Amino acid sequence: MIQADLYIILPEIVLALYAMAALLGAVYTTKDGLGPLLVWATAALMAVLAIWIATQETGTRVAFGGMFVDDAFARFAKVAILLSAGAVLLMSQDYMARRGLLRFEYPLLVALATVGMMMMVSSGDLMSLYMGLELQSLALYVVASLRRDSVKSTEAGLKYFVLGALSSGLLLYGASLVYGYTGTTLFSGILASAHHGEVSIGLLFGLTFLISGLAFKVSAVPFHMWTPDVYEGSPTPITAFFATAPKVAAMGLFARLMFDAFGNAVSDWQQVLVVLSVLSMFLGAVAAIGQRNIKRLMAFSSIAHMGYALIGLAAGTQAGVQAMLVYLAIYVTMNVGTFAFILMMERDGQPVVDIDALRQFSRRDPGKAAAVLILMFSLAGVPPMLGFFAKLGVWQAGVDAGLMGLVVASAVASVIGAFYYLRIVFYMYFGAENEEPIDTHSSPVLWTALMGSAALMLVGLFYQFGVEGAAAAAAATLVN
Amino acid sequence: MIGLEHYLTVAATLFVIGIFGLFLNRKNVIVLLMSIELMLLAVNINLVAFSSFLGDLVGQVFTLFVLTVAAAEAAIGLAILVCFFRNRGTIDVEDVNVMKG
Repeated sequence: MIQADLYIILPEIVLALYAMAALLGAVYTTKDGLGPLLVWATAALMAVLAIWIATQETGTRVAFGGMFVDDAFARFAKVAILLSAGAVLLMSQDYMARRGLLRFEYPLLVALATVGMMMMVSSGDLMSLYMGLELQSLALYVVASLRRDSVKSTEAGLKYFVLGALSSGLLLYGASLVYGYTGTTLFSGILASAHHGEVSIGLLFGLTFLISGLAFKVSAVPFHMWTPDVYEGSPTPITAFFATAPKVAAMGLFARLMFDAFGNAVSDWQQVLVVLSVLSMFLGAVAAIGQRNIKRLMAFSSIAHMGYALIGLAAGTQAGVQAMLVYLAIYVTMNVGTFAFILMMERDGQPVVDIDALRQFSRRDPGKAAAVLILMFSLAGVPPMLGFFAKLGVWQAGVDAGLMGLVVASAVASVIGAFYYLRIVFYMYFGAENEEPIDTHSSPVLWTALMGSAALMLVGLFYQFGVEGAAAAAAATLVN
Repeated sequence: MIGLEHYLTVAATLFVIGIFGLFLNRKNVIVLLMSIELMLLAVNINLVAFSSFLGDLVGQVFTLFVLTVAAAEAAIGLAILVCFFRNRGTIDVEDVNVMKG
């Protein structure tokens, strides 16, 4: 009985035990020399776990009386989380090492946050939801302030902590109301008692609080205020991490909670998600225009992208969830490539984040400039690139679900948002000459990530590596 | 007779005080940590009250998890605050303003 349960959560147990054993080992032996080794070991373990999870073909399994669910949806999200976390770890090694930030805690905290994320997308109970979310958040608060001697980094950590704790509080208050008005914390139990048309007012309050708490985690407007500051203040590799895996996990958790627990009351949460989605897309598009700092710009970009992904969720259909998952997979790939480039930007060994420094970059390095051009077009959703098809997918699902207004609004927002992506391309190719050009420090890992991600934006048009099919299977198990 | 609604009212009041403490407080980051704690404890009252009302132990188990996590959260918050104080020399909320967001 217990063995069967433990076997189902074996990937999480392996990663958690690895993190704790490595922590003990690192504390008792040499201290900081282990950093690079642990980065590679953690990334390798994540890749192995991703392959292991991806090749499991076991349908839906439930452990610990329904608290932990392992189904196609959880596996899809876990593979995306593990692969992107591993990629970001490898990308960060060089940057962190040259700035003396590569302490052994860094890969281990990322590993623990990843365990939390895997727990989140697999949760089948409000308690496991909360524990997974907190395991992820607590580790992320610490990595945000990893650069202990920098005012910006500690301030980012402090802001993230205070607002993250507020959102956990909101979520928890919602969870307590849902528990009180349904008499259970199990998603299956809530699903049985929350039917459309007979949702009590208390349960509705609980649902609203839960949505607010999760909207904080996916940084949907109006719960986005922490995002630009945390992205700007944290060391760049950590910003790259924030922009990828935790977003997948939070959206995965959002979808799981909405469908597994409130799947019989779609019309009760649909309107809320529509509002969140529209606000996120427009604020992300408009507020980024004034930004000169590329990390803040990417923060608003991620807010806007979460708005697009929320369209799929707001559709409340199987096609919508499928489109959302495909969107997230493409979003993560684009962001890994873009942040690989941001990690390369520097002048005399100092990182540069000002987009003016990119003027005439194509003259100095046409190869990288072309890759960034493809990524920027893809982020903006310009038709031949994969990013456009990601948007098309959620729009299709939105139209099928009768959310025509939302889709039109999102098309308008994406046109506005295209401005700031294209401005970067404009600076690189046609900008006035800059007196202080950047030199790009390139390591093989960063170069591979940038070029690979740009290549995927084109290759993805012809060959999807099974993402489409896996997303369809995942959506089918979630929505039924 | 004190019933469920009394407990829920107390919890809701504490929760709202916590949220207002978070947003209206302009003095000190420690007060923010206290407000967060107040919110989590309000949730605990809610959970225990519901648990007792429903005759179901799950709510109290949840409370134990929340208490544990709240302790860990406070520890991490204080640690970050100490780092911030070392760099900035102040813990006034108004001085958490190097970045404007």
